[in-house]
Amino acid sequence: MLTPVTDEDGAPFWEYAARGELRVQACAAPDCGELRFPPRPCCPHCHSFDSEWRLMSGRGRIWSYVLPHPPLLPDYAAQPGYNAVLVELADAPRIRLAGNVVTTPDAPLNSLDAGRLRIGAPVKVAFTEVDGVTVPRWLLERG
Amino acid sequence: MLKDATAIVGIGQTAFAKHLPESEKALACRAILAALDDAGIDPSEVDGFASYTMEETDEVEVAKAIGAGDVTFFSKVGYGGGGSCATVGHLAAAVATGQASVGVAWRSRKRGSGPRPWKNTAAQLPTPGQWTRPFGLLRPADEIGMLARRYMHEYGATRDHLFNVALACRNRANQNPSAIMYERPLTREMYMTSRWISEPLCLFDNCLETDGALACVIVSAERARDCRQKPVYVHSAAQGLPAQHHGMVNYWNDDPLSGPAWTAARHLWKQADFGPEDVDVAQIYDAFTPLVPLSLEGYGFCGRGEGAAFTEGGALEIGGRLPLNTGGGGLSEAYVHGFNLINEGVKQLRGSSTAQVPDAATCLVTAGEGVPTSAILLRA
Ligand SMILES: [Zn+2]
Repeated sequence: MLTPVTDEDGAPFWEYAARGELRVQACAAPDCGELRFPPRPCCPHCHSFDSEWRLMSGRGRIWSYVLPHPPLLPDYAAQPGYNAVLVELADAPRIRLAGNVVTTPDAPLNSLDAGRLRIGAPVKVAFTEVDGVTVPRWLLERG
Repeated sequence: MLKDATAIVGIGQTAFAKHLPESEKALACRAILAALDDAGIDPSEVDGFASYTMEETDEVEVAKAIGAGDVTFFSKVGYGGGGSCATVGHLAAAVATGQASVGVAWRSRKRGSGPRPWKNTAAQLPTPGQWTRPFGLLRPADEIGMLARRYMHEYGATRDHLFNVALACRNRANQNPSAIMYERPLTREMYMTSRWISEPLCLFDNCLETDGALACVIVSAERARDCRQKPVYVHSAAQGLPAQHHGMVNYWNDDPLSGPAWTAARHLWKQADFGPEDVDVAQIYDAFTPLVPLSLEGYGFCGRGEGAAFTEGGALEIGGRLPLNTGGGGLSEAYVHGFNLINEGVKQLRGSSTAQVPDAATCLVTAGEGVPTSAILLRA
């Protein structure tokens, strides 16, 4: 599996994920507080370089999804019928995280019957470890 | 003013195939020399070069090989297929402002027989790859498929609409002996039963993997009048990198379905003496079929959400409202990062296309949508 190659701006996301927390970078300027994703050094609204990582509820909705088929990298080709989704966060609908909807946090990427995916479906975050790195996964809210 | 100050006076290309024996450098030189011969200009007169940052053949090598003289302008444009039209735009600006007198733009590529960049796991960029790659969004088809499904959901677009795009390109390729898909017709049944690449995109929603090279020659409008071929004027040129844009995975924009086309289009039309309703023929970047409805909206041929419906009733075919990709496009002629669309636009305005639109006098050519892009308006 591909594990995240992080950079200085993105590293905190993965450090919080390792603690089971979904956090998004926010401007820390007193009158601003805008969320931004992907993380970057400064705020496009007020140009402050101060940032904090705000805890999200972990709830969201499927904005879109694809079902990739081979030719794929071997680890992904070995999970035929897997999904890749974009989840818009309930706390911040314009922040959309790529991920995978699975049946249990540690289940394979193709554990969910793809017929159960639909745009708008509510999901909640879970975390699992892949090759030593904790990554978010998504579970359908209604069973 | 850039408007009509320069013209494309030469075009050249190699064969297109899944595999060509020659190197990218050799193919580049062949295309460039063919374009100069077409223009009737000696290679020693070339003093300007423009290509893509993804072009492996650099101007030092090309200048040496073709026997160029002193070169006073060179430029490379980033973002893969988003750079195609900008190469012409940069040379047009350079020639119009006197920085060069004979400019050559080119693209040489061996993607039919060469490596696919997304297969390289060691060289993935940290940003934004860390936000998508681990989740199995591996290839451009996966990234664009995500936008396509959302687009279909929001606007009622269907696979039949995407088929309309694939079919128009294939029909034109069937008329073009140089196209990879010459004499290989496409049917609706073939489309609907083909294998998935990334649902909702199937095999025929994806461009061809091609070996081949193309080039064109740009000079001042004044000089163009003395060239061998009828000049095709660069009427307007623009690049587009929208606010808060993120490349192929433009998912974190406020509105991911309005991509770089919208930004390029605003500037392109502002500089032009005519509008979308006056375009006789269009060459719209088609690495994937959904890019066409998105571009039709962005460049103002229809309203937001109307791009799919626009493709109905043969609108993109010869005789339709907007004949499209008349050489076959990236989907059916060759995928050479969109450079074939530029040369096909020139052929249309010369009146020499294999799928000629009668009396075509204006042509829009666009570069890759979904990445920082570019576009040009050509006129006869
Ligand atoms: Zn701020």
